[in-house]
Amino acid sequence: MYLPALGLFLVFVVYPFFEGIRIAFTNWNGFSQHFKYVGLTNFSVLAGDRNVRTALLNTLLYGFGSTFFQQVLGLAYALLLNQEFKGRTVGRTITYLPVLISAVIMGYMWYFVLQYDGALNDVIALFGGKKVLWLSRAGTAISLIVAINTLQYLGVSMIIYLAGLQNIPQMYYEAAVLDGAGAWRRFRGVTLPLLYPAILTSVTINLIGGLKLFDVIRALTGGGPGYATHSLATLLNATYFGSQRAGYAAAIGVLLFVTIFAFTVLTQAVSRRREIQY
Amino acid sequence: MKARSGWKIALTVLISAVAILPIYITIIVSVKPQTDLSSFWVPPPAIFLDNFAGAFVIGRLATAFMNTTIITAGSAALVVLLSAMAAYPLARHRSRLNAAVTTFMLSILMVPGLSLLVPLYVVLVKIRGISTYWGIVLIHVTFNLPLAIFLYLNFIRAVPRDFDEAALIDGSSVYAVFARIILPLLKPVTVSVIILCGVAVWNDYQFSLYFLQSPPMRVITLAISSFFAVSGGNTHMAAAAAVVSIVPITILYVALQKYFVQGVLDSALK
Repeated sequence: MYLPALGLFLVFVVYPFFEGIRIAFTNWNGFSQHFKYVGLTNFSVLAGDRNVRTALLNTLLYGFGSTFFQQVLGLAYALLLNQEFKGRTVGRTITYLPVLISAVIMGYMWYFVLQYDGALNDVIALFGGKKVLWLSRAGTAISLIVAINTLQYLGVSMIIYLAGLQNIPQMYYEAAVLDGAGAWRRFRGVTLPLLYPAILTSVTINLIGGLKLFDVIRALTGGGPGYATHSLATLLNATYFGSQRAGYAAAIGVLLFVTIFAFTVLTQAVSRRREIQY
Repeated sequence: MKARSGWKIALTVLISAVAILPIYITIIVSVKPQTDLSSFWVPPPAIFLDNFAGAFVIGRLATAFMNTTIITAGSAALVVLLSAMAAYPLARHRSRLNAAVTTFMLSILMVPGLSLLVPLYVVLVKIRGISTYWGIVLIHVTFNLPLAIFLYLNFIRAVPRDFDEAALIDGSSVYAVFARIILPLLKPVTVSVIILCGVAVWNDYQFSLYFLQSPPMRVITLAISSFFAVSGGNTHMAAAAAVVSIVPITILYVALQKYFVQGVLDSALK
């Protein structure tokens, strides 16, 4: 009964996978009947392409930057919401809402905050500051994209950590208190190690999401100024549909695949080594 | 105790406020005429609804909503059917072949669909699936199947085998056992699969951008982005379109919150 699923995977994953590698060895433009095999040309051009290098670096910044902040803030927020106080359920509900909104629409909504006559500059003007073109400098734009992606998917790590925290038996904390452990020692000695599976899951989900970041970039900067904020995913799109270089775009696709695959396998390998049993 | 929880409430309010800040600003922009140059923070003296009417007419939001609904419903239904069918034998009959098939299917979880963009486009052109409902549905189904199969596998493995065996001894066929015994038990995980897949397809932008190029086939994300892409376009109308687009998912989420949260936890479970 698994044959229909298997068939779809063969047609839409396995075949395209090998077809993609084949196209990456050609100079095909995406629509012509004529193309030539050019060997490793696309890959050697790729290695020396400054735009590709920028996009690869940005992809890592988006991936690891968002993942880092999502873990730190997500865990801190989960620790906060794990305590008894009024309004914590409402807080959880609201923080998770952005997760369900399309990232491209969320990006456009942030544009109203960040545009020149937008909400953020109004606040700056209110305090007598000068309005800023937030998205026209590469460094600022990249940081803002990381921040927006972090904020939108904060709810995912928060929910995973909250569930993880609620699974830690209370008796470990009681035993630690009896041993005279302070709040920090309890966090380091009990919470963190027992949260290890949750951390791993959350890191893997966030990392894959961040490494293939596309929608927010398209909505906020379109990869610009110039090529400065492109990720591999948006650069691939621009190369294929923007400049009709299908062969080269397929080579970028191979690079994107290898990047995400390598880091996923790496996190899995690290996780197998460090399973903790209590 | 009461006095000390004040800062916790304040911090929670602050984080929640930042998280939904863009939604608030967008709502304010959507209910002001374009001639209103006041700050995006300040609500207008009177609510202006023409942007919404304009968004529906100019942005053809009704068509976009219909397309998105058809594609989402079709994809979710197929994902549930195909993944439950695939997971049942793989969970029940432990053979070397089935173990290999399982590993293969789950490893597709690690393949980013976007990296296959160029060849996928070629395949879809070959089978004449560009700008068709079935073409985009098959793509969505393929890339949502691995997670769904993973969820069903975990769930079915936890259902005691005695259930099936008792029915098989009574003379039921394997298909009857699947339909009458297993399927009803799968309700909770099916809800998670529908929510995860439904949200992913409803919100999709990347695949839709490539594979739905003819304007009458536009889905919501494409309709909204075309509003913003036109320079000098009416941004207030664009804001109205964005607000309309997030209404259905927000209502569903508030009404069915625990299922949405359960969906994430199911998919995060190892």
